[in-house]
Order: sequence, then structure tokens, then C-alpha cells
Amino acid sequence: MTLALVHARYQLLEIVRIPVAVFGSAFFPAAAMLFFVVPFAGDDRVGATYATAAMVTFSVLTANIFQYGVGVAEDRDQPWNPYTRTLPAGPAPRLAGRILAGLVLTYVSMLPVVVIAAVATAARVTPAQFLLALATVAVISVPFTLMGLAIGYSLPSKAAIVVAQIVFFPLAFGGGLLSGPDDAPGFIKAIAPYLPTRGAVELMWAASTDWRPDPRALVSLVVWVAVLAALAAWAYRRDEGRRFS
Amino acid sequence: MILARADQVTRRYGDVLALDGVDLAVRAGELVGLLGPNGAGKSTLINLLVGLRRPTAGRVELFGGDPRDPASRRQLGVTPQETGLPGTLRVGEVVDFVAAHYSDPVPKAELLDRFGLTEQVKRQSGGLSGGQRRRLAVALAFLGRPRLVVLDEPTTGLDVEARHTLWEQIRAFHAQGGTVLLSSHYLEEVEALAQRVVVMGRGRVLADDTVGAVRDIVGVRRVSLVADTLPPLPGVVNTAHADGRTHLLTTDADQLVRDLVAAGVAFRDLEVRPTSLEEAFLAITADDRPAANVPEVTR
Repeated sequence: MTLALVHARYQLLEIVRIPVAVFGSAFFPAAAMLFFVVPFAGDDRVGATYATAAMVTFSVLTANIFQYGVGVAEDRDQPWNPYTRTLPAGPAPRLAGRILAGLVLTYVSMLPVVVIAAVATAARVTPAQFLLALATVAVISVPFTLMGLAIGYSLPSKAAIVVAQIVFFPLAFGGGLLSGPDDAPGFIKAIAPYLPTRGAVELMWAASTDWRPDPRALVSLVVWVAVLAALAAWAYRRDEGRRFS
Repeated sequence: MILARADQVTRRYGDVLALDGVDLAVRAGELVGLLGPNGAGKSTLINLLVGLRRPTAGRVELFGGDPRDPASRRQLGVTPQETGLPGTLRVGEVVDFVAAHYSDPVPKAELLDRFGLTEQVKRQSGGLSGGQRRRLAVALAFLGRPRLVVLDEPTTGLDVEARHTLWEQIRAFHAQGGTVLLSSHYLEEVEALAQRVVVMGRGRVLADDTVGAVRDIVGVRRVSLVADTLPPLPGVVNTAHADGRTHLLTTDADQLVRDLVAAGVAFRDLEVRPTSLEEAFLAITADDRPAANVPEVTR
């Protein structure tokens, strides 16, 4: 366990030394917040709270897909990774450390969204809602972490960057993260419950407001987690088999 | 006591046979040089011994256990490829990170001092010179106070002075009872460091003996002379021309000289000399049927 923390610490150091990487995953949600939420829903306390929760979900999505998708794929190109396998520890501390580091960065990348919401909009949550939302972030990181790992372990780094970019926008838009809970266009209302982003944002809304989540979206989120876990496990084993067996 | 062992190990990558029934035992206190051209199977054998790969058939052992079990690797030191050091981490951080995996690592200051990296402790490893990166990579192998160090081409790309510095470290480790398995394509390096040399070619062990004995097994001599033209000569494994002289490598110098005389060749300045390990090595691996010509020595 301490070794997992050591791995997490040095992975964070590596990432923080290239601040653009952190900036990248924090930028989109913060920009969307400034351009879409502040001018249109900024004064509406309920609307702004919903929009902030959606932007937090958006930053969880981007942070995880890019960190794991691109980060893992790049790591696999580096001879340092096999070297760490010759140290007297198995692959588990490195993987656990990566997930810990990923969670820390996810929280860091949503800071701008939360700060903008508090300073420039009428969005408000109670302390209890805030803590619940904080815990919910870890929960909804699960499907996107798995998605990122599946991309990172199955594709070479150049392909992983493209796939991560292609995947994240339809998921964000289709899941209704860029529109209010009730005023989404018709086709988004139709497909959203079947995308993992919808289940995630419904959980965030339920944590931070008095929203009652759509059971269809929650069931499909569970299905997504199972499918993505299977996909990530398959990609991880295949990669292990190619490089370490 | 045997620290690392390969027992009839075969390894395939798809259709490619990288190792073909390899036997190797590295005993405590030995300094073994692993020599062979690219594609001979050196790196594959090393990857099996340090637990990165599994053999297709046969058995590998490290400290009596499975190298893939982390507990078997507690007394093992390995060098990362220098290109693989995490470029954004500082030298001191790379050392701290690796040290966290061992119960009793060498103190950072002492290790960096030994490898001449004290001044670089705060530098990011991506900003080091090639020689400094290589020294750091080799230093990491010694960090966990290992009993066995496996060095895969440790001085590739180093200038002469840096290479001699690393040699001193390897010799000092060995002098204190450490065991070293080192692969190299610098024959000079193996001659300078190793007592025992294992020559590999096409996935097989071609020879396994002392440096001197490997030369003798091959029995290759260099016959050097000045002559305008030479008839075809049996037993010549390599012909080279340099500075107006012709150099013939042969496994039977006496017979070659008799053939030259019998053929009436007008030669002068004849010299017969023992070969360097490099020449012996070329002669073994250049042959199409190495096993038939070179007795495999078991000790």
C-alpha cells in the first residue's frame, strides 16, 4: 500500500512538471463554464447549480479519459515501465498508484469550475451537499477511469489521443452535460439515458440538488461500468500478454 | 550457490525462435559476460532471468525461485535503458523512487557520489548528458544492495573515460563478492571485466568458458601476409585486406601455411598470431553450423 502511494506521488510529480497537462483537462470545463453558464444561467440559483454539477461531471469525464487514455498509452511506449517490473514489486502498486494519482488530478482539474461557480454565479450548495458531491465525484470517476484504461491499454499513444478526443465530445453532448436537465434537445433526451455520462450527471445532480435521478440512466450506468470494466481488463491482460509473457 | 539459472529454456515470439534450449547457470561471485550479435537472444535471456518474460518451455530460476515472483527479485539489480528514465523527474527523485522498493537501499548521497552524479542531484534526468544518464541507469542497479546485478549493454554509447569509470564500479562490486551478468557487444568490455564468457548466436549458447578458453576452443589464428593473388584456400573463415596486407582467419594455421607453400604462392612477411576475442567471436557466429564445429563446453 505504501508503495502504491510512492508510485502515485511520483506519477503526480511527473504530471505536475508539465503543467500544460493539468491545464488541458481543467480548461474545457472552465471555458464552458465561463462562456455558457455564467452569461446564461449565472443569476438563476437552481439553473446555475445544475449547470455547475454538469460541468463538474464534464471535467471528471475529460480528466479521466485523457489522463488514462493518453497517459497509459504513452507510458507503455517508455522502457521505464518494464524496468519498474524488475523491482521487487508486482504490477499492482503501479496500477494502484496511477489510479490514486488520477483521482487527485480529477479533483484538481475541477477546481476552476467550482471557483467560477462560487464567485461568478448564483449556484449554491449546502455543506452537506458539497461533501456528498465530493464523494460522488470519486464514484462517477469509475466508468471514465475504466474507459480511459481500456483506451490506453489497447491503443498506441497516437491513436489513443485521437480516440480520446473523438469519444469525449459526443459523450458530453449526448449525455446532456451541456444543456439543462429538462431543456435538452429532443434527440439528446432520447439517447442520453443510455450514455454513461447521463447516469453520472444524474448522480451529481442528486448529490448537489434535490433532483430525483432517472432510474433508466442509473441502470445503464451500472451496465456501462460492467462493460467498461470487462473491456479494461481485457485490454490490460492483452497488453500484459504481449509485453510480459 | 547458483543465483540465476536457465534450464533447457526455449522462447518463441510467434514464429520466431528467440531461444532454443538454452542452459546457463550463474554462480555466486562470478562475473559472466554474455556476448553475441543483435538477435542472438541475449536480451530475451536476460528478460526471462529478471522476470519480465516467461519461457515457452524449460525453466528459469532466480535465487532458487520464479523470477516473476517479486520476492525472488529482492537481491537483484537491473539497469533501465537510459532512454527510459522519466525525463521530468530529478536525479534525486529517480533514486528515491527506486529506493522505496528496497528494505535497505544505499544512501542517496553515497550512491550518487560513487557514480559521479552528486552535482546533478537536482537536475531533471531529461536534461542530463548521455553519459550522465547512463551512469544514473547503472547506479540504479546497485541501489538495493543486490547480490546479483544484470547489466544489459551498460556502456553502449559512452566515451572511453566514462566507460572506464563504470568498469571500476562493476569491478569494485565484484571484488566485494557481488555477482554480475553483463551483456555487451563491446568485446573489449567482456575481455576487460569477465572471467567467464557465454557466446550466444541464433538463440543458442555457442560457447561457455573462460575468455582464454573460448579463444582456444575456436582455435582461430590470424595468418597475415603480403601477396598479389591468393588461390582459394580451405579452412579460411574470413579474409580481409588492410595496408597492403592480407589477413586470413583460420582454424588451422599450420595447414593453411602448408597449403600456401604447396600452392606456390609468392608471399612475404608472414605472421601467425592468436586472434582477439572479437575475431574468435566472428568466426563462431559467422559459421552456419556452429554446434557441429564448436564443442559446447559444460562446466
